[in-house]
Amino acid sequence: MKNKIVCYFSTSQSEQPVIYRLIKNYDLIINILKADINSQKEGYLVIELEGSPESYEQGTKFMESLGIIMEPLSENIIWNEQLCIQCGACTSFCPTAALDMNRDTMEVSFDNAKCVVCGMCLDCCPTRAIELHFEVKEAV
Amino acid sequence: MAVKKTYEEINEKIRKGEAVVVTAEEVIGIVEEKGYEKAAQEIDVVTTGTFGPMCSSGAFINFGHSNPRIKMKKVWLNGVEAYSGIAAVDAYIGAAQLPDYDPENKVFPGRFTYGGGHVIHDLVAGKQVRLEATGYGTDCYPNKKVDTIITLDDVNDAFLFNPRNAYQNYNCAINMGERTLYTYMGILKPRIGNASYSTSGQLSPLFNDPYYRTIGVGTRIFLGGGIGYVAWHGTQHHPNVLRGDNGVPKVTAATLSLIGDLKGMDPNWLVGLSYIGYGATMAVGVGIPIPILDEEMLRYTAVKDEDIYCPIVDYNEGYPYSKPMELGFANFKELKSGKIKINGNNVVTTPQSSYPRARQIAETLKQWIKNGSFELTQPVAAIPSAESDIVFKSIPERTPNGLSFANGRARR
Repeated sequence: MKNKIVCYFSTSQSEQPVIYRLIKNYDLIINILKADINSQKEGYLVIELEGSPESYEQGTKFMESLGIIMEPLSENIIWNEQLCIQCGACTSFCPTAALDMNRDTMEVSFDNAKCVVCGMCLDCCPTRAIELHFEVKEAV
Repeated sequence: MAVKKTYEEINEKIRKGEAVVVTAEEVIGIVEEKGYEKAAQEIDVVTTGTFGPMCSSGAFINFGHSNPRIKMKKVWLNGVEAYSGIAAVDAYIGAAQLPDYDPENKVFPGRFTYGGGHVIHDLVAGKQVRLEATGYGTDCYPNKKVDTIITLDDVNDAFLFNPRNAYQNYNCAINMGERTLYTYMGILKPRIGNASYSTSGQLSPLFNDPYYRTIGVGTRIFLGGGIGYVAWHGTQHHPNVLRGDNGVPKVTAATLSLIGDLKGMDPNWLVGLSYIGYGATMAVGVGIPIPILDEEMLRYTAVKDEDIYCPIVDYNEGYPYSKPMELGFANFKELKSGKIKINGNNVVTTPQSSYPRARQIAETLKQWIKNGSFELTQPVAAIPSAESDIVFKSIPERTPNGLSFANGRARR
């Protein structure tokens, strides 16, 4: 199984080689999407965790045992209408038509409900009007 | 009786607030309703517009002097180098210039988040910009270093001078290769995964005056939200190409060199762009008014998207290696619909030029003329048209060694 999760660390936890143990002891494939640690050494880690159901369960149990709080990732695409010049390039890459073009007015619109956060739009926007946001709580 | 109007007659109507001004979109409906002759009698001016990436753009700036004075040998604005091989405190900042520290395509594809176009946008937006300059020191210009903060208000002169803008037609880019391409036409997906185009079609200035009867040296225009002028024909101007029955070129043709006071412009119409894997550039807003001198001009301005074609070009091998390939033409109305047919398959189209913004420019220019603040100018010289014999050249391949080039160094 494969999931994107946000892991929240406290100071003591951030000093442990958690990722190393997840890979070594639980045979999990880990893709770090984002990470941040503040000056108090609290922080979060956004990872994609992949492995057999057993190792996935054992791996997450191991993190729980360390007191790491885990939550499913909720990401957001933000379309900044002020920066957008309405060229419409993004709409040809968006697989779900969340970014869409009205063919009469040729104007671009964004429907957050249709967005699957694939990130295709991020690279093709020449004004960098589209941003990817991870919804991350304050560090624990 | 055949319609004939002079620039002076049209300007007189503008001064009186009586001129009939419509956009290049609106004229199409009027012609359908009233016919060419009646429409030509009624309409005085048709306004056009385009807003898209135009790399061949930049600005001349005179910074004024430091004390002691400096002859700038190198100049940077927010880390982006401006060319300073002209007088002491003059420089030219090019839209496609990158900061010295930019990683470029070392990690492919590069992001190119900031460049000369962004500097120009920031200046026009009134933002503070870091000015760094170095010189070698002379008796008349002893200073060797300047490092300060400036705004557009602080400089003596700043004018946009774009060597090539408003391309009359442009390629429809596809990728016939097996990997994703990162180009100035945006991302091109492999195996003809999309078709990228960049023109405002029926609103585009040079599609509405295909033989440049009214657009020439000295034509007053909308440039970057302010007033500009056509300075010359642009670089790579190549008007003697294949044209349709309506006179509209079917391949890249005319270009314009444009000039205008940066201090009168608006940051909404000069926007820095970042093309992943390619570089930085700037979207420039251009609008040109077309006087309806006679019915012929009216017919030109009534051109519709469905009558405009652009060549399909492969950016895997065809364009980068100048490999001749006959891939046919794409129709602009179909491009705007979101998909075109290539080899019987539906291909998604990717626009690079903003149609809503082009429409807004034509509308703005229309309002300027209607309220009497913008009069038309008759060109002082024509730019070369379809009957010219311009040959499109490439860099010659010659061996430099074996020939004794003085390179200027032998001069005493």
